[in-house]
Amino acid sequence: MAKKQMVKNGVRVKKSVGDRIVDVIIYVVLGLIALSTVAPFLYVIAGSFATEKELTEKAFFIIPTTWSLNAYKYAINTANILRGLKNSIILTTLGTLMCMLFSLTFAYPLSKSHFRGRNWMMNMVIVTMLFGGGMIPSYIVYSAYGLLDTYWALILPGLINPFNMIIIKKFFQGLPTELDEASYMDGANDLQIFTKVALPLSKPVIASISLFYGVGFWNDYFGSMIYLSSAEKYPIQIQLRSLILLSSSFSDAVMDYYDLNGAPPDKAVKMACTVIATVPILCVYPFVQKYFTKGVMVGAVKG
Amino acid sequence: MAKKAKKGYVILEDGREIKPHRMSTGQYIIQHKWLYLLWLPGFIYFILFRYVPMGGLVIAFKDYSPFKGIWASDWVGFAQFQKFFSMHDFGTLLYNTLGISLLSLFLYFPAPIILSLFLNEVTHSGYKRVVQTLVYIPHFVSWVIVASLTYQLFNVTDGIINLIYQMITGHSFDILQNANTFWGLIIGQDIWRESGYGTIVFLAALSGVDQELYEAAKVDGAGRWRLMWHITLPAIRGTIVMMLILRVGGLLNTGYEQIFLMRNDLNISRAEVFDTYIYTKGIKSGQYSFSAAAGMFKSVVGMIMVLISDRVAKMCGESGLY
Repeated sequence: MAKKQMVKNGVRVKKSVGDRIVDVIIYVVLGLIALSTVAPFLYVIAGSFATEKELTEKAFFIIPTTWSLNAYKYAINTANILRGLKNSIILTTLGTLMCMLFSLTFAYPLSKSHFRGRNWMMNMVIVTMLFGGGMIPSYIVYSAYGLLDTYWALILPGLINPFNMIIIKKFFQGLPTELDEASYMDGANDLQIFTKVALPLSKPVIASISLFYGVGFWNDYFGSMIYLSSAEKYPIQIQLRSLILLSSSFSDAVMDYYDLNGAPPDKAVKMACTVIATVPILCVYPFVQKYFTKGVMVGAVKG
Repeated sequence: MAKKAKKGYVILEDGREIKPHRMSTGQYIIQHKWLYLLWLPGFIYFILFRYVPMGGLVIAFKDYSPFKGIWASDWVGFAQFQKFFSMHDFGTLLYNTLGISLLSLFLYFPAPIILSLFLNEVTHSGYKRVVQTLVYIPHFVSWVIVASLTYQLFNVTDGIINLIYQMITGHSFDILQNANTFWGLIIGQDIWRESGYGTIVFLAALSGVDQELYEAAKVDGAGRWRLMWHITLPAIRGTIVMMLILRVGGLLNTGYEQIFLMRNDLNISRAEVFDTYIYTKGIKSGQYSFSAAAGMFKSVVGMIMVLISDRVAKMCGESGLY
């Protein structure tokens, strides 16, 4: 865009040597920044496929010389990890669906300028963005609701995130009002317009907000730590935390088993588990990335 | 054009003022019953899960006992708050919380702005897109994974960065179990995880800048720095102020997740902040009323700070948040 205009207007200024040097510096610095964000992931992925022997002998490598799936075999055979994955998938799917259902239906009426009562309804939402009960009263109230040690304690409190709701509402507001008028003419009611007209046009915002909710559920560990008490309900993040951060002497527990099979898989297994917990996020990321910048931008422009 | 309609009136093209027929609220609700039915579940949610817990804050003024329940517990007035402010740890908590927040304000806050300015200078759109895609990734990764990566990179037994440090200096350096490095560790993680994603709002603001402004300035002989100073920075000033308001409002919110994951017995003296303290006292040791009072103090101060900084921003001619 910028380039084309420059040529068209015939004012394309030739860059000076100093400018070119600055350009090179900028490109190199950005390259290094990008590299430093992915390097830890590459290191862990490489390590997870390596043998324990290579991991102890070599300091750093991107491609292991001998590939090994032992770490993954061990990680998957440690029942906790597989169960954690299963729990996280259940929690994330159920949670995201519920959140989207509540957020979309709540945002739609508020996006209509003629909707009576929308001012106090919005104020009611904004108050919760400024002030909240906080952790302890919420804990007491949710336990009174009987939510302790259920996934509902993780899902229900966050059904509508005000920021996400406002992004959705802004998106709905951007849809042409002629659509409404035309549909009213055709005899459609508000529910039909919502499901048959507004929702099909809202794929970008649905995709990006689903990603936000989904990532939130997948990544949650603090909520699970507070509200879940039975270990068989723990999601993957809790398992990962206890594996890597709580038991640095993790291998002690499995020493006996691995003494028979060579070196303990401590380091590689930790890496493999980190990869297992990260991969689902990295898998959905490229598909939704094109949508979420759009969605966030809509929300960033206030009005 | 200059004429303004009275409230409830509409000006027609020929200049007449008329009051359009407005149906009664009852009629409106019947006609748009579906809109109200769609809105209702969310409304119930806000009452049950946002407002009832706010009401639950009354336990901060009581001596809550789980057996008696919220209403039957005895009133103690401001005793919990007095206990909280006069306790020995209060100073430490405030020091650590503000220390981490202010350090983050000075070191983390400028990072996404600088990164956006850099990205804005890149004319090769493919390169720009690749860099953006990569730097957004860490934001979507959980704190548990960030902590795990940190542990695997920095721990003294086999962390790769520690090994490199050892090779160069000859001795190891434990950044993970060291009270003096804790704040730096937290800010470092913040910068690594959020700088990239933080650029989105600034780049969005920049995408609205008319490219011809740059062209015109170039024709007038403006160099790279002047373009940045006179066009790019003013374009994102409103966004910067908005982000700053949010940041200042959250000065007491250091967050639990990250700090909770990175703290241990050896760095706890610099790692105990309001958020972690409330969790430990409330959920772990069951001092519900006391920690509810602590939490309430935190939320009230946070709210006041958001409102004040919003007002200040408006006084300085920015649009503010609300």
